[in-house]
Amino acid sequence: MSAINASPARDSRAGRNLGVTQFRVLRSEWAKLWSLRSTRWSIAVAFIAMAVIGVIVSAVNMSRWQSMTPFDRLHYDALDLSLSGVDFAQLAIGVLGVLVITNEYSTGMIRSSFMAVPRRLQVLWAKVGVFGAVTFVLILIGAFIAFFVSAPIVHAHVPLSISQPHAVRAVVGLALVMAVLAVFCVALGALIRNTAGGIATFAGVFFVLPGIIEILGTSIHNSISPYLPSSAAATLYTAQSAAGDHSLSPWGGFALFCGYTLVMLAASAYLLRKRDA
Amino acid sequence: MIEVHEIAKRYGDKVAVDGLTFTVQAGAVTGFLGPNGAGKSTTMRMIVGLDAPTSGTATVNGRPYSDFRAPLHEVGALLEARAIHTGRSGYNHLRALALTHGIPMSRVTEVLKLVGLEDVARKRVGSFSLGMGQRLGIASALLGDPETVILDEPINGLDPEGIRWVRNLLKSLAREGRTVFLSSHMMSEMALTAERLVVIGRGRLIADTTVDDFVRQASIGAAVLVRTPDATRLREQLLTAGASVSSDEPGVLEVHGVTSEQIGAVAHAAGVTLYELTPQEVSLEDAFMSTTNQAIEYQAETTDEEDVELIA
Repeated sequence: MSAINASPARDSRAGRNLGVTQFRVLRSEWAKLWSLRSTRWSIAVAFIAMAVIGVIVSAVNMSRWQSMTPFDRLHYDALDLSLSGVDFAQLAIGVLGVLVITNEYSTGMIRSSFMAVPRRLQVLWAKVGVFGAVTFVLILIGAFIAFFVSAPIVHAHVPLSISQPHAVRAVVGLALVMAVLAVFCVALGALIRNTAGGIATFAGVFFVLPGIIEILGTSIHNSISPYLPSSAAATLYTAQSAAGDHSLSPWGGFALFCGYTLVMLAASAYLLRKRDA
Repeated sequence: MIEVHEIAKRYGDKVAVDGLTFTVQAGAVTGFLGPNGAGKSTTMRMIVGLDAPTSGTATVNGRPYSDFRAPLHEVGALLEARAIHTGRSGYNHLRALALTHGIPMSRVTEVLKLVGLEDVARKRVGSFSLGMGQRLGIASALLGDPETVILDEPINGLDPEGIRWVRNLLKSLAREGRTVFLSSHMMSEMALTAERLVVIGRGRLIADTTVDDFVRQASIGAAVLVRTPDATRLREQLLTAGASVSSDEPGVLEVHGVTSEQIGAVAHAAGVTLYELTPQEVSLEDAFMSTTNQAIEYQAETTDEEDVELIA
């Protein structure tokens, strides 16, 4: 066996456009995302949860429509409930977003990545771009499935149509928010670099913190709660009727959530360049 | 060519690398030796831009690693800790790296074949043995057909056939004019593979020389073995000449403190017949042990910052 077939490769390299480009790093991250069983599963779980849970919730509620109180019937938010898969999808996306980068630290893969791409921010942008885009597309499809399958189920009792106020905003907005959440969590993972710590932080901020604020009393709750990342994110995909008086406007909340994400991204980008890998 | 200039790395109070300067030339295999914790891996990580030096510079072919637009074509590195996601197949690992540079997939297949992993290329790396993992790491290092190859403990976990394969591979890479920089604790293997040596201890340079010179230097003062039928008389004569002599078996003397030439002359003058006169050359392992021990003791004793002169 000859040791290394060097010359042909060296010669053929001369003419080609060599080297790392942002587009090539994106392709690499795309390949990385789909070549792991754990990521494929998490993405499938997020998608299926988004598409199916809302339909189940709608069907169950319709089956017990007769036993519901008139008040409940009056306030039945068919749009909101058809999208109730979002909580589960959010969990799967958040965990995966953290994992996309912390699994590289835990396995040492990050060193291979940074040796191939010494301008480390290209890796961060590629991870954020690929995972954000995949999340947007899949959650958008999942949300539309949930909406259009739920509509005929609830139709006998509650009208639900894409042309009604807020419907398009809620469905598309949900996919937008999940895409930004994906970015938020990749940045969080890059910041914390440890899987357990990253996931705990994500769960703490999005699932535990709102509960803690809630038990601190109404006045504190009302003044802080709307500005939590979780509430800010939710304004865009919850119909205005369901939101409390103290909520931010849908796009205002979304802008705030984007702001949080930008801060996270800036902090992680800064530290990614500064810290030893 | 790798040039490391006055490089230092501190982690808080702990000094891992302390003002190291050396050059690794193209066209030869250069061994990187040092006891555990001497700073070898840290130095290698700084060369490939993973760790930022506290001070000093490291360049490959005159440029810092982070300047390379196509680093995989310039430098291929295998670092001690396996830098591979265990959930991915070997093929997909190399593919992800190749995509960052637009390296064709035919090259991925080629390096997998080169390291003998073509049959297991689609299996998850988690199921690989240590030796297979090392082979995949070597495949990653060679993926971009780089001019400079840096390998940290590449033969860990390899079987004898694999060790010989790595040795021949590295030698042929060097013959092609590439720069090969390799660390290993297997001294016997290093003696067979490397021509040049960079030896460090406690983050400082101990020697930057050829393997032959390093061993010769350490052999000075080593014993000379003398076999003679007239051991008693020769012993007396040698003691008079200022040598120290010991003997483990009758008719065989182990002589210290004089050269074999001097022993021959003494024997001739005394009319003693010699059957054998052999200067004992130390192995690379012995040379390494004595040199690093001296250097480390010396460094531990002295608080003087200017003790770099110690370099052999």
